[in-house]
Amino acid sequence: MTTERVSGVALALLAAAVLEECWRLRLPLGSLATPGPAYMPAVLALALLAAGVLIAVLGPAAAPLAAVGWGEWRHTLAIAFTCAFVALALEHLGYRLTMTLACAFLLAIVERKPLVATLAFSVGLAAGTYFVFDTVLRVPLPRGPFGL
Amino acid sequence: MLETLGNLGLGFSVALAPSILLYAFIGCLVGTLVGVLPGVGPLAGISLLLPATFGLDATRAIVMLAGIYYGAMYGGSTTSILMRIPGEAASVMTCLDGYAMARKGRGGAALAIAAVGSYIAGTVSIVGLMLLAPPLADFALRFGPPEYLALLLLGLFVLAYMSSGSMTKSLAMAAFGLLLGMVGIDQMSGYFRFAYGVVSLGDGLGVVPVAVGLFGIAEILATAGQATPPRVVKPRLRELLPSREEWRESAAPIGRGTVLGFLIGILPGSAHIISSFVSYAVEKRLSKRPEQFGHGAVAGVAGPESANNSATSGAMVPMLALGVPSGPIPAVMLAAMMVHGVSPGPLLIQQKPELFWGFVASMYVGNVVLLILNLPLVGLFVNILRVPYTYLYPAILVFSMLGVYAVNGSVVDVWIMLIMGVVGWVLRKLDFETAPVVLGLVLAPMIELSLRQSLAMSDGHYGIFVQRPIAGVLLGVALLLVLLNLYAFVRRGLDWRARLALAEKGEETS
Repeated sequence: MTTERVSGVALALLAAAVLEECWRLRLPLGSLATPGPAYMPAVLALALLAAGVLIAVLGPAAAPLAAVGWGEWRHTLAIAFTCAFVALALEHLGYRLTMTLACAFLLAIVERKPLVATLAFSVGLAAGTYFVFDTVLRVPLPRGPFGL
Repeated sequence: MLETLGNLGLGFSVALAPSILLYAFIGCLVGTLVGVLPGVGPLAGISLLLPATFGLDATRAIVMLAGIYYGAMYGGSTTSILMRIPGEAASVMTCLDGYAMARKGRGGAALAIAAVGSYIAGTVSIVGLMLLAPPLADFALRFGPPEYLALLLLGLFVLAYMSSGSMTKSLAMAAFGLLLGMVGIDQMSGYFRFAYGVVSLGDGLGVVPVAVGLFGIAEILATAGQATPPRVVKPRLRELLPSREEWRESAAPIGRGTVLGFLIGILPGSAHIISSFVSYAVEKRLSKRPEQFGHGAVAGVAGPESANNSATSGAMVPMLALGVPSGPIPAVMLAAMMVHGVSPGPLLIQQKPELFWGFVASMYVGNVVLLILNLPLVGLFVNILRVPYTYLYPAILVFSMLGVYAVNGSVVDVWIMLIMGVVGWVLRKLDFETAPVVLGLVLAPMIELSLRQSLAMSDGHYGIFVQRPIAGVLLGVALLLVLLNLYAFVRRGLDWRARLALAEKGEETS
């Protein structure tokens, strides 16, 4: 299995999903002369489908999927988890607490940095960016419990 | 000509006001810092710092963002020369000879040549912008919806053609970006499309979370797991002055890089990257000692660095004059201008001359600021690179999430950034370019609206796109590009784009 085969099939499936969604959401297609709201998405999905098929068909000469290095997946997963945590917690715990926890998780758990350095860096970064953006530049950032 | 000079005088009266100068300075400084950081190029930099301009009026905000743009372009060369890490993609070619010069103890000279070359290229190309943008804007006043649709489609096709690698894959990415642009309320019918009850998706996917995700987060996801950081070569200040011979060797490449960069910058595509690759190839071809390239050739630093800075001004021409971004960075600049209530396009120069000419003049000023700033502060920038990446990437991540959240105060944008980051990481692994996705996202509403307006004008006849001469010519050029690509495919030979792709992967460094 080559990278292009896999990506071509994935793009074609995405295009098919878009076409299915246009139908499921009952968006009017309109006509060639008077396009409706589903017209452009459908045309683009068909173009993506054609490109996906072309990529898959012309793809056997590409690199095998196994040759692509995925060695950093643990870091990737940890960083993605951190971003998801921030998205969930930001408006409940407030900016400073959320960012301190996120940064501390990456440094202490993922990178195994000493606790004191982790805390100093995380608190400093969260408090510093809050001061610059919220206090100085007046970009409102969420506050959490106890006004944190 | 006299009118242009008069307008420029108006621009300088705006740009030399102390507060504008201050923001140009801050923009250049922050831009250089952003360019120095691996993984945060000009695109992510502008996106992240957009919220910081919300409290400013349009002129100050745009001057600052432009400063960030060309500051980041220059900052990328510092890491290329001293660490062999391109701070952003356009600095890839500078790595080859810049780092080789640094290892020979000429790192300071390489930085000085890059700074002076960038200054000259930046300044000369602004003259081009000044002379070309107003007549182009006058011409664009003749454009109706069919012409705009043809121009936008041509932009996407040129971007796909100019991208290194497969045009099919680039067009697939453009289609993916256009599909992302379909999310939200349909402008003509009011239908919600693909919003799934999320109210904040009614306005569509924001350019900032998508751009930061695809470029900034994807870079962090790809690089955070790397084992050992590269060594930093630290130059001494007294080594900053190039020798007489080095100056002589760099003069012609700077001149050629300036012209090439500006011309390529006007064209849609990843202009900075392409201009630096083309300039490197030209210099190597013209050199009497091509074997020195890759081993510390002065022309290998002077040419590409001048070209990528010149392309910065070139890319502003279609954005300011036509309101059509030629690549992802101008697309984000366009979005930033719109946030501040400025709509770039043919009427901008007529309706807001102080803003347009103030912006042009501030670019002159910004280039001087960059020259003054960069050489003495090299030591500071180098020290930033000494911060271990294990501390640096969490900081970049925090800035990314902060910047994305602050634009609309919405956690939905943080989710979009995360999803696009993972998508960008996978796309990089599978060798897809992500620039067409961002451009597609920005152009999607314009393309759809132009298509429907054109069909309303013609009672539903598609002949309108070929009957009107400007639209017909533009679509003809787009078709020609597809045929050129097919020809290269049928011949199955390596054309210049395939060679560029190989060089980008480091498989062809000679």
